Amino acid sequence: MNIRLNVVAAKTIIRKEIVRVLRIWVQTIVPPAITMTLYFIIFGNLIGRRIGSMDGFDYMQYIAPGLIMMSVITNSYGNVVSSFFGAKFGRHIEEMLVAPMSYATIIIGHVAGGVLRGLLVGLLVTIIALFFTRLTVAHPLVVVLTPLTYLGGVFYSISMLPEFWQNVSKANPILYMVNAFRYGILGTSDISIGHAYAILIVFVVVLFTSCMYLMQRGIGIRE
Amino acid sequence: MVTIRDLMKALSITNLTKTYSNGNQALKGIDLSVESGDFYALLGPNGAGKTTAIGIVTSLVNKSGGEVEVFGHSIDSELEAAKACIGIVPQEVNLNLWESVGNIVRNQAGYYGLHGKLAKQRVEKYLRALRLWDRRDHIARSLSGGMKRRLMIARALVHEPRLLILDEPTAGVDIEIRRSMWEFLQEINEAGTTIILTTHYLEEAESLCRHIAIIDEGRIIEDARMSDVLRKLQREVFVLSLTEELPEAPALDGFMARLRGDRELEVEKGPDCDLNDLFVQLNARNIHVSSLRNKANRLEELFMRLVDSKQQEAEL
Ligand SMILES: Nc1ncnc2c1ncn2[C@@H]1O[C@H](COP(=O)(O)OP(=O)(O)OP(=O)(O)O)[C@@H](O)[C@H]1O
Ligand SMILES: [Mg+2]
Repeated sequence: MNIRLNVVAAKTIIRKEIVRVLRIWVQTIVPPAITMTLYFIIFGNLIGRRIGSMDGFDYMQYIAPGLIMMSVITNSYGNVVSSFFGAKFGRHIEEMLVAPMSYATIIIGHVAGGVLRGLLVGLLVTIIALFFTRLTVAHPLVVVLTPLTYLGGVFYSISMLPEFWQNVSKANPILYMVNAFRYGILGTSDISIGHAYAILIVFVVVLFTSCMYLMQRGIGIRE
Repeated sequence: MVTIRDLMKALSITNLTKTYSNGNQALKGIDLSVESGDFYALLGPNGAGKTTAIGIVTSLVNKSGGEVEVFGHSIDSELEAAKACIGIVPQEVNLNLWESVGNIVRNQAGYYGLHGKLAKQRVEKYLRALRLWDRRDHIARSLSGGMKRRLMIARALVHEPRLLILDEPTAGVDIEIRRSMWEFLQEINEAGTTIILTTHYLEEAESLCRHIAIIDEGRIIEDARMSDVLRKLQREVFVLSLTEELPEAPALDGFMARLRGDRELEVEKGPDCDLNDLFVQLNARNIHVSSLRNKANRLEELFMRLVDSKQQEAEL
C-alpha cells in the first residue's frame, strides 16, 4: 500500500466532505441546532422543573452533556450516511472506487468527515446550551437513531431502568459515549470510564471490520 | 529504445466471464489483448457486454471468472497498482452534479495521490484542453450533456494514466467538438497513452483505431488489426453521381451496377477488382462521374455482416 497516496486521498475525502457540509449548511447545520434548542426547552425547562435533581445536578445540567453528545453522534452518523448514499445513488462513488486508494482510506476519510461535522454541530449546540436563544420549529426525521438515543442514557441514569432494559442499554454504544462525555463534564457516570473506553474500542474495531468486509465484497456498491 | 515496459501488454484479459446476480450471462469467456501504445476499438451491439467488460477492468463490477492484467498487474493480487494505470470515462454520467467542475477534477487528482501545485497544474491543463476552464467554478449540473462528457474526460486524464478507457465518449457530442476530441485523443495516443474506446459510430472507430475487437452476446467474434479487417472485406459498394441521366444501368465487366434514382449509379466491387478499370469502362461508354462515395461505411458493412450471421446461426 502506498502510504503517501492514501494520506493525500484521505485528506481529499475530508476536504470534499467539509465542502459538502458547508455547501448545504441549511440541511447539515441548521436543523440539528434547532432540534437541540427544542430539546433544551422541552426537557430541560418544562420537564426538568418537575423532575428536580439528578445525581446532585439540576436536570438541565444533567442532560446538557448527553444532548451535546447526541448531536455529535447523530450528525456524524447522518453525515456519513447521506454523503455515502448520495454518492452511491448519484454514482459518483465510482470516482473513489476506481482510484488506487485502499478501501480503509475511503472509510476513514468519510468517518473523519462525519466526525468533523459532528464536532461542528456539537460546538454550536454547546453555545446554544450556554446562551439560550429564540427558536422556530422544524422537525428533521431522526428515524433509526432515536430509539437508540432514548435508551442511551441521555435523559436518565440507566440505574433507573428495569433490569431488562438496563441490559438492552448496555448493548448500545451511544450509552458509553454519553457516559464518558458526561463523566468528562460533570464527573458522574453510570459506568466506569475505563470500561466505557474499552467497550467503545471494541465497537470501533467490530464496526470498522464489517465496513471493510462490505467494501471489499462490494456489497450494495458493485454488481 | 524499446524497454520491457513497452513490450508489456497494456491490458490482457483471459477467459473472462460474468454472470449477473439475476442470472444474466453478460460475458461468456472473452480473451482480449491490448498492446501498449495501441488505439483499440471495442465494438458491439447494445447489450453485447462492452460496459460489463470495462466495469470489471476498472473494478466497478465483480468478475465471475477469468484473469485481468493491466500492465502486468493482476486485478486480483495487485489491484491498486492496476487501478493507478487506468483512467476511465464511463458511458453514463457519474458526476456529482452539485460539485463544481474544478473541485471534481481536483478531488480526482487527490484520489490518485496528487496534491499541491502539481494537482493544480494538472487540473488547469486538462480543463483547458477540454475547453472547460471558463466553467471551473460552475456546478456540474449547469453543464450541457456534451460538456459533462468532456468533464469526465478531463477527470479521467488528470493523473495521466497509461491506459485510457472511454465508453462511448462521443455519444451526444456535437460534430465540431467530436472532431476536436478525435484530434485530442490522437495526440495523447501519440504521446504514448494506450486508448481503448467503445463507440457505435464505426466511422469513428475506423478513423481513430488501429485494432478492433467486436463483441456480441458476451463473445468476441472478431479481433484483428484494423487494416487486416478492412482488407478482408469481400465487397464494397460505391455510389456514383452522374452528370447525365441514364436510361438503364450499363453492363460492366467485373462490377455489378444498378441505377438508383435519377443520376445515381450504385456499383459493387469485388475484392480483386480495380477501380481504375471501372473508370476505363465508364469512359468507353461516355458516362461521366461528378462525384463518388461509399454507400455505407466499410466497417459498418463488416459489422452488420458479422452480427447478422451470428443471428442467422442462432435462428437456424
Ligand atoms: N446490473 C446489471 N444486472 C443485470 N444485468 C445486467 C446489468 N448490467 C448489464 N446487464 C446485462 O448484461 C448485458 C451486457 O450489458 P452491457 O452494459 O455490458 O452492454 P454494452 O455492450 O455496454 O451495451 P451498450 O452498447 O448498450 O452500452 C446485457 O444483457 C445487460 O442487460
Ligand atoms: Mg455500454
